[in-house]
Order: sequence, then C-alpha cells, then structure tokens
Amino acid sequence: MAKETTAAAVPTKDRLLKALTGNLGTYLIVVAFFVIIEAMIAGKSITSAFQGQLVPICVYVSAALSLNLVVGVSGELSLGHAGFMSVGAFSGAILSSVLMDAVPDPALRLLLCIITGGIFGAIFGAIVGVPVMRLSGDYLAIVTLAFGEIIKNLLNNLYVGHDAAGLHFSMTDTTSLGMTNGTVVVNGPQGAVGITKISTFVAGTLLVLFTLFVVLNLMKSRSGRAIMAVRDNKIAAEAVGINVTKYRLMAFVVAAALAGMAGALYAMNFSSVVPSRFDYNTSILILVYVVLGGIGSMRGSVIAAAILTVLPETLRFMADYRMLIYAVVLIAVMVLPNIPAVASLMEKVKEAMPWNKRTTAEEGGAQ
Amino acid sequence: MDFLTNLINGISLGSIYAIIALGYTMVYGIAKMLNFAHGDVIMVGGYICFMTLNALGLNPLIGILAAVVGCTLLGICIERIAYKPLRQSPSLTVLITAIGVSYLLQNLALLIWGANPKVFPSVVGGSGPIMLFDGQLVISMETIVTIVVCAVIMVALVLFTSKTKMGKAMRACSEDPGAARLMGINVDTTISTTFAIGSGLAAIAGVLMMSAYPSLVPTTGSMPGIKAFTAAVFGGIGSIPGAVLGGVLLGIIEVFAKAYIGTQFADAIVFAVLIVVLLIKPSGLLGKYVPEKV
Repeated sequence: MAKETTAAAVPTKDRLLKALTGNLGTYLIVVAFFVIIEAMIAGKSITSAFQGQLVPICVYVSAALSLNLVVGVSGELSLGHAGFMSVGAFSGAILSSVLMDAVPDPALRLLLCIITGGIFGAIFGAIVGVPVMRLSGDYLAIVTLAFGEIIKNLLNNLYVGHDAAGLHFSMTDTTSLGMTNGTVVVNGPQGAVGITKISTFVAGTLLVLFTLFVVLNLMKSRSGRAIMAVRDNKIAAEAVGINVTKYRLMAFVVAAALAGMAGALYAMNFSSVVPSRFDYNTSILILVYVVLGGIGSMRGSVIAAAILTVLPETLRFMADYRMLIYAVVLIAVMVLPNIPAVASLMEKVKEAMPWNKRTTAEEGGAQ
Repeated sequence: MDFLTNLINGISLGSIYAIIALGYTMVYGIAKMLNFAHGDVIMVGGYICFMTLNALGLNPLIGILAAVVGCTLLGICIERIAYKPLRQSPSLTVLITAIGVSYLLQNLALLIWGANPKVFPSVVGGSGPIMLFDGQLVISMETIVTIVVCAVIMVALVLFTSKTKMGKAMRACSEDPGAARLMGINVDTTISTTFAIGSGLAAIAGVLMMSAYPSLVPTTGSMPGIKAFTAAVFGGIGSIPGAVLGGVLLGIIEVFAKAYIGTQFADAIVFAVLIVVLLIKPSGLLGKYVPEKV
C-alpha cells in the first residue's frame, strides 16, 4: 500500500525513468536494437558479415539469459550449458528434416523445431539436474562440465537417418542405419548435415523476448523468490519450508529448456552443425557473457552477449591480435575494479554523473 | 599381455594427469580458486623446452630446467598481476579472470609459435624400449621415466608440506588464512610460492606429455588441463595423495576404455566415472567431508 502512494507522489518523469531502468527497459533495448538493425538492413547500410552475425547474437543472448537464471538467480555455477544447446540443436535439426514435406511453411517449421529443442533441452536438463543437485559449489561445476563433454562425445557418435519407415538411430556408422532410400540427418562427427536454413532475425528477436519474458516473470513469481531464497541461504530457506532441491532443479531445467530452444535456432541458421561446436569452450563463453554483464542482471546479459558476439568480428582489422585483445579486455574488466586506485577513481566518476547527484541530494534530504 | 601393456600405459598417462592435478589441487587448496589457465602453463612449458632443444640445440636437461624456470616465473607473474587483486572477490570473478589468462596464453603462443603443430623431440634419451616376456610386453623409456618422476614428485610434495616451514605455512593458509596471518605467516608469499610450485610442476608435466605424445599446438594444454582438473576433483580436491590417485585412476580408465570399449567413447566414460564417484562420495575419493554449519 505504502509503495503505491509513493509511486503516485513521484512525478511522471521519475516514474518513466524507473520503468526504463526496470524490466520494461530491458525489453525496450531488445526492441530498439531490432528496429535499428531492420532499418539498417532496409537502408542497405549493413555489411553482410554483420548480417550473418544477427541470428548468432540472438542465440547467444538467449543462452546467456538462460545461464544467468542458473548462475545469477539460482546461484549455481554450471559449466555445461552448451550441452543443452547442442541437444536442442540436434533434436531441432532432426525434426526439421523429418517435417520438410509435412510442414512446408518455414516459419511454422522453425517454431516446431524450437519447441522440440526446448522439450529435449528440458528432458536432458532433468536427467542431468536430478543427480547434479546432490552436489554444490565447485563439485557441481565440474559435474556439469563432465555432462556437457559426455553429451558432446555421444553426439559425436550419433547417426540418425529417416526414410518412409520412420527414424533410424545408430551409434556406429551410417550403413548400420539400415536404410535403403533414406536421408542421413546426423552423421557422427560431421554433425547434423543438410539443414535448410530457416532461422531469421525476426525469429531470433522473438526468442530473445520470449526468454526474457520467461526469466523475468519467473524471478518475480513465488517460485522465483523461493529460488533466490535458496541461493542466498540454503539452510534458512530449508528452515522456512522451501523444498530446496525442487527449486534448484526448477531453475536448472527451465534454463536447460531455454538453452535448447536457443540451440535449435542456432542449428537452423547453418547448413550443418558439428557437435564440437558446443564444447566446454562455448559453455565458458556464455558464462563470460553472464559474468561480464553482471551476475543476476538480465539486462547486463543481453548487452554483454550482444557486444561480445560482435566484438571479435569488429576487431577483425587487428587480424591476429583480436583474440589477444579480447583476452586482455576480459582480464582488465575483471581485475581493474578490484585495484584500489582504479576503484576510487571509478567511484569519483560515478558521483560526478548528473543522475547520481540528484539521488544523493534526495537521500540527504530524507535523513 | 594386452592387459598389462594397457595397465602400464594407463599408469603412465595417469602419472602425467597426476602431476598436472597436483598443481590444480595445491592452488585450489590454498587460494580456493579453479585455475583454468593451469593447462596452458603446460603448453608454455612444452614450447620453452621445444625452443631450447630445437632452436638452440641444447641438452635436454637444460631444456627441462628452462621450462621449469620459465613456467615458475610465468606462474608467479600471473598470480601477481591477475589473481592477487582478486583475493576478496567472489569466486566467479576469479574464474573468469583465469579463463581470460588462459585465452591470453593460448593466443600469445599462437602469435609467437604459429598454429602449425611442432613435432616435439623426446627428452628421454638413452636405450630403446624395454622388452619383457620375449618382446610381448614393450615398455618405452618415456613410460618408466614418467611414472618414476610422478612418484618422486608426490613423495617430495608430501614431505614438503608436512616437514618444511613453508609447507606447514601452506597448510595453515588453506585451513584458515585469517588465523594463519595472525600467527605471522605471510599469506601472499605463501600463495605465490604455491603458484610457483604448481607452475613448475606443470612444466615438468608438459615436457613429459610432449615426449610421449609429440604434437605441440597452442591448445595442447586445454584438454589435459580439464582431465587433470577432473582427476583432482575425483581424488578429492585439496589432497595431494588424492590428486595422484585420481590422476592415475583416470589415466587407467581412459586407456582401458580406449582399448576395450572404443576410442570414440573414452572421454564420455572418463567423465561418467567421475560423475558416479562424485554422486557416491561427493567429496572425492580421499577428500575430507566438511559439513555445512549454520
């Protein structure tokens, strides 16, 4: 009640500012980004290299958001997130090939593939999550890493084809699929082959918005508060009657499902996808987006993932030095704020900013 | 005889994992951080040794010494520049920094030495492989040297941490850094020393690994690094005998999986065993169970 009265008392300008710095602002950033890019495409002022990055940007943003649900909201360090993306990518690719004739509309087929990717991501999230939730901390991290590597290893040996009789699976080679006149969809280390590219930037943006919607609303819900309570103090949460395992698992499975959807979108953007594309390096890359954007901050994840996906391309003019620069930037961003001299300087700059002056004045007045 | 050959190869591979895992476990025990750059220190050690052997044409012993000295200095530098300012930071910040250092080392190596694989000359000279049972069992000198070196290092480290002043300081710091500081232990120096020892060990592991599997590229260190990290957790992270046990078991499992189940599933089996062990005994084989207190 008290909150509402204050909200009414605040001038419209401030309320608008509050909304923009809140969740609404995050949605607006995504929409604004989408509109600007679409305008640039219409105006042909965009390089083809950058245009090729658009769907991956959306994929990594979604993946970072979903990982942030595990790392930031649930407080567990997961190093196998790319594994769920790869499950989604491969199940999506298989379904896309099967439905090629049955569902001719590419947008509908993409939707079905993304949903399937999400379902399989959730199934694997549950398979991995149930045993993993017995552990915590660094042990949980290493086990998720192990699961990610196992998924990659198994997919490296998976052969899938389909013909009139239905789907065929094998773990040895394509000939053992026993098809006479079928299509090979997944060909071991070569990965999912012969994918029709149906991912679009529009679909990517919609997926990002959907992921944001799910994550932000989960955070605001009763379950989300339970998840955060478990993160902040497991024992206290348990003492007030929160089922710790249930809520940790919920965050993990929802994140795996969202990662699976992102993976399906990723696969549909290329003609083939190899399992080693989703190794632990990719998991770590997504974790870097989450940490650089700010653990627990969804807006941070969106911005960090978008910028860092584009950054290596933008640095291309530096040729061989670009990954080196990337590494140095990564270390600097992490270390510099922790050096006292730099930290005090940053504090001074922050205080000098006009919008902070006002808040400090207000705080002073309230006392 | 196949069984025995595989067993010996497994122990040899496992010994390499064990030496790397020792570095991981010591650093984790004292600084409570996952040093993801550890695997890349191995790679740097390999390159330094390769340079002294190939470009300068020096004695293998000097090559090993150069690698150890180089990596020790590198370890101290990394610790001072990247990790020291982060002592009070959350573990994720340190983890990302370690990943950054890992990228940095890999890309520096890529710039300096290029992406083409370098064929590493074995540092183990002397006689050829030992033949036993009418040549049915062949043991290469590299295998023997690796196993012996690993055993020596483990014994030396156990003695070092239990008998010397610095070793005791390390154990005190890993137990309770605050109390250790009150007892007059210089925690920063102790952590630096730990990094120095861990990196020196990584150099030895790198040279031994390159002698047995002679293809050196900038990403050589990452997979053994991950496996060794797995081994350290497997044996109970923070425990020196645990790291060796975990490493050797992991090596044996990997070689047996390759021989009897199939090369392509070896990694999956190694990681699956790790998961099963951790689910049964969440603190690793020789790790201490620390109950959570309110």
